[in-house]
Amino acid sequence: MLIKLSISSLYARALTVSMTVVAISLSLMLYMSVEKLRTSAYTSFTDTISQTDLIIGARASSVQLLLYSVFRIGNATNNITWESYQDLENKEEVDWTVPISLGDSHKGFRVMGTNKEFFSRYKYRGGQSINIQKGNLFEDLYDVVLGAGVAEKLDYSIDTPLIVSHGLRSFSDHDDQPFRVSGILEKTGTPVDNTVIVSLAAIEAIHVDWSTGAKIPGQQTPIEEIRKMDLTPKNITAVLVGVKSKLSIFNLQRWVNEYPEEAMTAILPGAALQELWRVVGVVENLLLGISIVVIFTTLVGMAAIMFSNLNERRREMAIWRAMGASPSIVMGLLMLEAIFIALLSILLSVILLFGTLNILQPWIDYNYGILVNVEFFTLRDIYVFIMFIISSIIVSLLPAVRAYWFSINDGMSIKV
Amino acid sequence: MDESIIKIESLNFYWSKKSNFKIFVPSLEIKKGEKVLLLGESGSGKTTLLSLICGFLNPLSGSISINGNTINKLSSKTKDEYRADNIGIIFQQFNLLPYANVVDNVLLPLYFSQARSKNIVNKRAAALELFKQLRLPDDIAQYRASNLSVGQQQRVAVARALIGNPSLIIADEPTSSLDTNAQQLFLDLMFKQISENNSTLLMVSHDKSLSNRFDRQININEILIREN
Repeated sequence: MLIKLSISSLYARALTVSMTVVAISLSLMLYMSVEKLRTSAYTSFTDTISQTDLIIGARASSVQLLLYSVFRIGNATNNITWESYQDLENKEEVDWTVPISLGDSHKGFRVMGTNKEFFSRYKYRGGQSINIQKGNLFEDLYDVVLGAGVAEKLDYSIDTPLIVSHGLRSFSDHDDQPFRVSGILEKTGTPVDNTVIVSLAAIEAIHVDWSTGAKIPGQQTPIEEIRKMDLTPKNITAVLVGVKSKLSIFNLQRWVNEYPEEAMTAILPGAALQELWRVVGVVENLLLGISIVVIFTTLVGMAAIMFSNLNERRREMAIWRAMGASPSIVMGLLMLEAIFIALLSILLSVILLFGTLNILQPWIDYNYGILVNVEFFTLRDIYVFIMFIISSIIVSLLPAVRAYWFSINDGMSIKV
Repeated sequence: MDESIIKIESLNFYWSKKSNFKIFVPSLEIKKGEKVLLLGESGSGKTTLLSLICGFLNPLSGSISINGNTINKLSSKTKDEYRADNIGIIFQQFNLLPYANVVDNVLLPLYFSQARSKNIVNKRAAALELFKQLRLPDDIAQYRASNLSVGQQQRVAVARALIGNPSLIIADEPTSSLDTNAQQLFLDLMFKQISENNSTLLMVSHDKSLSNRFDRQININEILIREN
């Protein structure tokens, strides 16, 4: 009966209660949205590369190697020689390798030289493959495959000609050897979207007349002659490696780190991503801080509304007392109301959140490369709901204790 | 009619040590089945005395006995249970929970009182019978209390006070918000039901014209000493 009357009491104050529920729901939804975005950003970040066992480059910190080889941020401290790469490739433990060569750019987008294995071996988001959206992978020496972001931002399509610039901010272009777009990849939400991909041979070709970072004056090898040359690279920037057995990862890592011919580093992508996330974790902490402030504000708001209603409800409390209700029951009724309001708010916020996320998920994924998790009720969500209900009970204690004292002191006469 | 239902001796009360309103009741006794009118002007301490008798307030010293039990010696929990079992209360106005329907309002005391609850086999039927006796419309049970007229609300309050036959009915100026015709009808119905239930009535009013309906009238100034 108490529950029935408590619900009736809320229903009778439908307007105030619904405004309270809407306000709390919006705050709760904001909190959960921030949480979802935070966890989804983390997942998307750590899923940038998957099923690659090791990334190998010249001696550097793991974060630096990860930044330039996967995120195309910064530069390699050094290259590794093709001979070292071949030594690695011939190791018994190695299942596959994808060499990559970085250093040039096109209109601010990084140009990456690699082989066709890259398109089948590079996986993201727990094993998804890169798919071609339009055209083909590079067949000709001067073919390029564009990430979806590059094609969209530069408005390029198949057969669009393009010139690769030397370095990242160089005023020197490899304009003597123009490329053409042969294929455009599907959106991945990874740095691949913003990459211009050419063959390793193409990287070698455009540097035929170059020495120590500058074009050799007066030298201009004809394209037809270049096409006939052996364009096996002398150096590469990094190698993505898959091993036959996971048990051999650490052995291979040790072999690379102790390789006598040149200084190299092998990193485990998962561990390096975690390390990198810790570096950028300030933003995560900021978002978490905002979430906590939002939820705290919500709870204080609920207590304020309960306090403001308390004076109007003293007559109601006197009736309960006259019927034999103890002050504890009067106190319990207010806490029961807080629980109902919390439950209604949770329900509404879940409907709002998942409705909004389902609508916005494709847009967020396309524009920011963050795949927001729209699963209903993860364990973390349920934990947040339980904590919110407990917090609501704790917060309602303040007005409930006040109601307790009102109901003791008022007796039959209300002194408002 | 010899046994006392309310017995007060040397009762001292003040709201707080700083308050200048203090009351002292040397003695008051009301017999079982009596209908007593407590007369007094506004601010004379009538409602405070009723709150003390109902056990809402605790006296500083002295004793208040209801049915032979000194209620000011009881624990807070026992006092609440005792009030639910033995006392039906009718306020001056705003007697009902406005959001609950009429039948739920009437059955509310039974939720807190085992003693009153066990007197009734079919609770809803008992409530409907009281509505009939108090000349309330047949279909009133499902109405929300807030939809009733003031006169109807007061009669529903009587039904709520009487349900489960409590031995004592305390009414705090229940007719003050009614017009003269409604007052008479209300009192007729209330007295009839209280007599049928063999309950004791202690009603507070400042209207002396009501005194001929009661077995006894007490002027508050004769039993209570105020110190302002």
